[in-house]
Amino acid sequence: MSADRPAGSPPLLEMRNITKRFPGVVACEGISLDLRAGEIHALLGENGAGKSTLMNVLYGLATPNEGEILMDGQPIEIASPHDAIERGISMVHQHFMLIPVLSVADNILLGDEPMRRGGLLDKGRAAETIRELGKSLDWEIDPNRPVGQLSVGWQQRVEILKAIYRNAKILVLDEPTAVLTPQETREIFEVLRRLKAEGYAIIFISHKLYEVLEIADRITVIRRGRVVGSRRPTETNEDELAEMMVGREVQLTVDRGESHPTTAALEVDDLVVRDDRGREVVHGVSFEVRAGEIFGIAGVAGNGQDELVGAITGLRKPQSGSVSLAGEDVTGAGPRRLHRLGVGFVPGDRHRFGMVMSFPIADNLVLNDYYHPPYSRGMAWNPEAIKADAKAAIEKYDVRTPSASLLADTLSGGNQQKVVVAREFEGHLKLLVLDQPTRGLDVGSIEFIHSQAIARRDAGVAVLLVSAELDEVLELSDRIAVMYRGRIVEVLDGRTADKEDVGLLMATGGRESGIQEQVVEDVA
Amino acid sequence: MIARVRSVALIPALSVVLALLVGAMIMILTSPLVVDSFSLTLPLEAYVAMISGAFGSLNGIVNTFANATPLLLAGLGIGIGFKGGLFNIGGPGQMVIGALVGTTVALALNDASPIVAIPAALIGGMVGGAIYGFIPGALKAFTGAHEVVVTIMLNFVAFSIISWAVSGPLIGTGVTFARTDDIQAAALPVIIGRNGHLGILVAAVAVPIVYWLLYRSTTGFEIRTTGANPDAARYAGMRPRGVIVLTMSLAGLFAGLAGIIQILGPQTGFLAASYTAPVGFEAIAVALLGRAHPVGIMFAALLFGAMQAGTNNMQILGLPPQMVDILQAVILLFITADIVVRRVFRVREQAGELVEIASVSRSYGGGGTGTAGT
Amino acid sequence: MEALYDIPVIGLVIQFVVYVLTQFPLVAPIIVAGAVPIVLGALCGFMNERTGVVNIGIEGMMLIAAFVAWWGASLASEVIPIRSGPLGITPALLIGLAAGIGAACLISALHAWLSVSLRADQIISGTIINLFAIGVTGYLNILVSATAPPSGGQFGSINLPDALTDLPVIGLLLESFIEVGPIALTMLISVILLQFLLYRSRWGLRTRAVGEHPRAAETVGIDVIRLRWRNVVMGGIFAGLAGAYLTIEFGDAFQSGMTNGRGFIALAALIFGRWTPVGAFLGALLFTASVGLERSIRIAPPPGELGELLTAIPGEFYNALPYLITIIVLAGVVGKSIPPAADGKPYQREGKAA
Repeated sequence: MSADRPAGSPPLLEMRNITKRFPGVVACEGISLDLRAGEIHALLGENGAGKSTLMNVLYGLATPNEGEILMDGQPIEIASPHDAIERGISMVHQHFMLIPVLSVADNILLGDEPMRRGGLLDKGRAAETIRELGKSLDWEIDPNRPVGQLSVGWQQRVEILKAIYRNAKILVLDEPTAVLTPQETREIFEVLRRLKAEGYAIIFISHKLYEVLEIADRITVIRRGRVVGSRRPTETNEDELAEMMVGREVQLTVDRGESHPTTAALEVDDLVVRDDRGREVVHGVSFEVRAGEIFGIAGVAGNGQDELVGAITGLRKPQSGSVSLAGEDVTGAGPRRLHRLGVGFVPGDRHRFGMVMSFPIADNLVLNDYYHPPYSRGMAWNPEAIKADAKAAIEKYDVRTPSASLLADTLSGGNQQKVVVAREFEGHLKLLVLDQPTRGLDVGSIEFIHSQAIARRDAGVAVLLVSAELDEVLELSDRIAVMYRGRIVEVLDGRTADKEDVGLLMATGGRESGIQEQVVEDVA
Repeated sequence: MIARVRSVALIPALSVVLALLVGAMIMILTSPLVVDSFSLTLPLEAYVAMISGAFGSLNGIVNTFANATPLLLAGLGIGIGFKGGLFNIGGPGQMVIGALVGTTVALALNDASPIVAIPAALIGGMVGGAIYGFIPGALKAFTGAHEVVVTIMLNFVAFSIISWAVSGPLIGTGVTFARTDDIQAAALPVIIGRNGHLGILVAAVAVPIVYWLLYRSTTGFEIRTTGANPDAARYAGMRPRGVIVLTMSLAGLFAGLAGIIQILGPQTGFLAASYTAPVGFEAIAVALLGRAHPVGIMFAALLFGAMQAGTNNMQILGLPPQMVDILQAVILLFITADIVVRRVFRVREQAGELVEIASVSRSYGGGGTGTAGT
Repeated sequence: MEALYDIPVIGLVIQFVVYVLTQFPLVAPIIVAGAVPIVLGALCGFMNERTGVVNIGIEGMMLIAAFVAWWGASLASEVIPIRSGPLGITPALLIGLAAGIGAACLISALHAWLSVSLRADQIISGTIINLFAIGVTGYLNILVSATAPPSGGQFGSINLPDALTDLPVIGLLLESFIEVGPIALTMLISVILLQFLLYRSRWGLRTRAVGEHPRAAETVGIDVIRLRWRNVVMGGIFAGLAGAYLTIEFGDAFQSGMTNGRGFIALAALIFGRWTPVGAFLGALLFTASVGLERSIRIAPPPGELGELLTAIPGEFYNALPYLITIIVLAGVVGKSIPPAADGKPYQREGKAA
């Protein structure tokens, strides 16, 4: 990186030899990074490479074991986010740090509130400040609306306003595009370019190659807690970056081969589903998935996909409509009956649904088969049979662990997901429902799971893939349905679908470009 | 095996040692009020008196076991709750209702044969407790009302119920305060010593039953899965709502059994309107000290039972019996603040140590019952 | 009016309302006097739970404060000659009050240490406090009572000029709320002040933020641990006032276990009042009104059918009513009460452990 450094003034920010160890893991190992005013420096790496930890160190959320941080050439100490904010560092977190019940104004001003005398808040000045702040980026924003009522895109904007309000010089954005449509992403990029022109220094974290190539002035690649190298976008390409990121040559596109769909395995007809708060969020959805094809559902998170998947997999009772499996009506059937009929389900949030982290791996492998022989007889449990089968599954699905009796908690994210896959991809499958199957995983695990899914398809299983990652849907699906506000607005051919088109459909439900409204009534 | 027991039992054991030291300090500080001048030997005398009271004679040992019996049974109930992710503060209420129902049955069978009356009264106690556990379980499962608050409230409702029942319909003839007649046929026979009654055996049998239920049965797997992750339980095709109701009912069942055995035993023999079953609270400490494991709970109950059996001897020294309550609270304090124990005794934290209990009350706040949306 | 009484059912309801209205002025002082420690206890819970710390140890904190305030006043009155000031305020009583508050704050600090710093289960921490309070106050009470200590006295009531108390309605309210004594007056001021500060002050906004989403609060530079500590310890002030009220304002003696579940009713009032000071205040009044009603039915039952009906209901029912109402509110049968989102969840700063 020293080659990049022009003579003269020291960089605005410099992180030197940052090492951060957690019990049993080294998250960052001697990472050095510098940043100048008016540039966008991208930090590229796989999930779990150490990007977020590094930024948490910068933001005072984590204390490094070694290394130092310099600002304008002077060593500084950042022990808490408070210190970071004082130094002009602001961060937009991957998981929004917004408080749903508080208003937009309260969320933005929190921690640096305009005050009247006696410790009282100045609500009038607060609202005024927010309006002006919004106007500076051409955003019309209602300061008094609770943040919980805003769409994801607008929540992102509130996060950016939060950073600007604090007079930041340095802006850190951790995977800011993960939840956005291509159109929203482009809009955020516009804003970032504007901020850059105004002299902000921006750190942009991502694992998406084309994004960093588009927006960054410099790209630093991190792999397994170490810096692999730095490039300028003009000097590199996706293939090189991918290889740096993963450490070996990567096939950027999946070879999915030809599909040979036969009869309909899953038929969903006019399905209406309500969410936890009792509001109708799926309005009469119909589609079918044929045996031997991958049917992908694309959509911005919170457009009813969770509830649709819930209704198909038995976690949620549909309001009306029907679901049938190979001709048999299974509307409102519970997870156990569906499992017996040959439905495998990889849930979107494996920590919440897929696994019991405080249980041994072996017990997790029988989570939905524990109640029948050989694993139990009557009420009596058979630990030997469970252990023996667990051993076999661990080998077959390449779960990296010394023993099946270790707790699931001890596994890496990728290996945890392999346990789920080992459980759900087995048996006489008719339908496989994959909900965000690769979220947060490393490239190796992603490839493994994708290839397994294609293998099942080729074996004649119907695969329903739901993902907010548009790239994943485009790569795997034989047919793509776009879901918008609880409806399937269009079904496209997976091989010919254009990313821009799908993005537009996701964002607007149609093909005319336009900004998504500020408020959505169906926030998940 | 030895290493495993050591890793599980070390902190509780050391907590007890530290608590005894803290108790000694309190006794020394308050010794001017006890013996009119500061006395450094008072704690030593007190603990010697306590140990000899609990183990020094046959009756002492029997008293230890008799005192441990309700603690063990109620502690097992609370332990089952912990495994199911439920923090049952309702021990006193469940014991009271168990005692009330059981006593009603016992009084009705006062002239029957003990062979009929005793099982009937015990079953009455279990049913009463189970019903009183069922209520918070059902409320939790179907409305999300947090069991901690509901069981606290139900305790006081139970105190009102028993106060009404015993000073009204169940009041005995010619009694000097609000209590029932003496229980005759269902009174638990004494097997050994002065207080060594049949209930001790019932409690002893309950330990392996609960162990099998929790760790060797599919129902136990469902309880533990629901406790660890109710969403995963639902995903796996279990019925977390039903499991929550079952868990709370089982917890109440054992508490109710504890309550009725306390009443049927030779130490009581009748039900008073003022019966509030503080054992139900102490059983929380027992369950936590025993790390929610049936065998651990058994040892914890015996320890607490021994301390209570030793109080009579301590009172001879002029020490109020509440010293035992202080010791119990401090033991629980050190188990919770195990960092202190580790510092004092230089015990290093081991990977994979039991951490299940740390998260029992995680869902007090907004929703999070994981059973929403069917 | 009387003509309406003969309508079936509705007539009874009307009679009941008339009865309650006529009896209310008579039992109002009982209701308020009974509500004071419950409201104060609820304010302690409010300070805890709004920042995300569940406190089921209010009962124990109150019990310890009650004992310490009484003992402190008693000891002080032996040393300092009694010199009564206005409202019956004596130095000994002030010392007792300070000692009671100090003790409750100390126990609150224990709660904060366990549940905020050590991130222990907050229910367990509360259980420890309750068990310890029963033990330590029972132990000391037996030892101290044996020495036959003198009474430290009690705060007197505030006498308002007749011109004010003679006013219709307002006079009654003033009399009920203000004439009880200085601690009761402090309670009333605290409720109004805390309600105002919760929504209008920086402290209130930050407290709500930390109770809802502590990590978000931390990322904007708020020290979550410190704010939780401060609020929990300050909550001890109110538990201290509640305990002291029992032994040096409402009465002048200590009995074992004298809080008698008030700390738990306080928790109930807090939940009923949806975690706001004014709500908890109204909840506490409603709960004690149920007890006041029972008393008035026993002393002066209404005539006729209604009287027969009401006296047929056992008195225990009215005692259980507050708890039943709380369960109903929690279950969402009538307007569900939802706690702050992070209530009961220990907060761990990311990556600070290593």
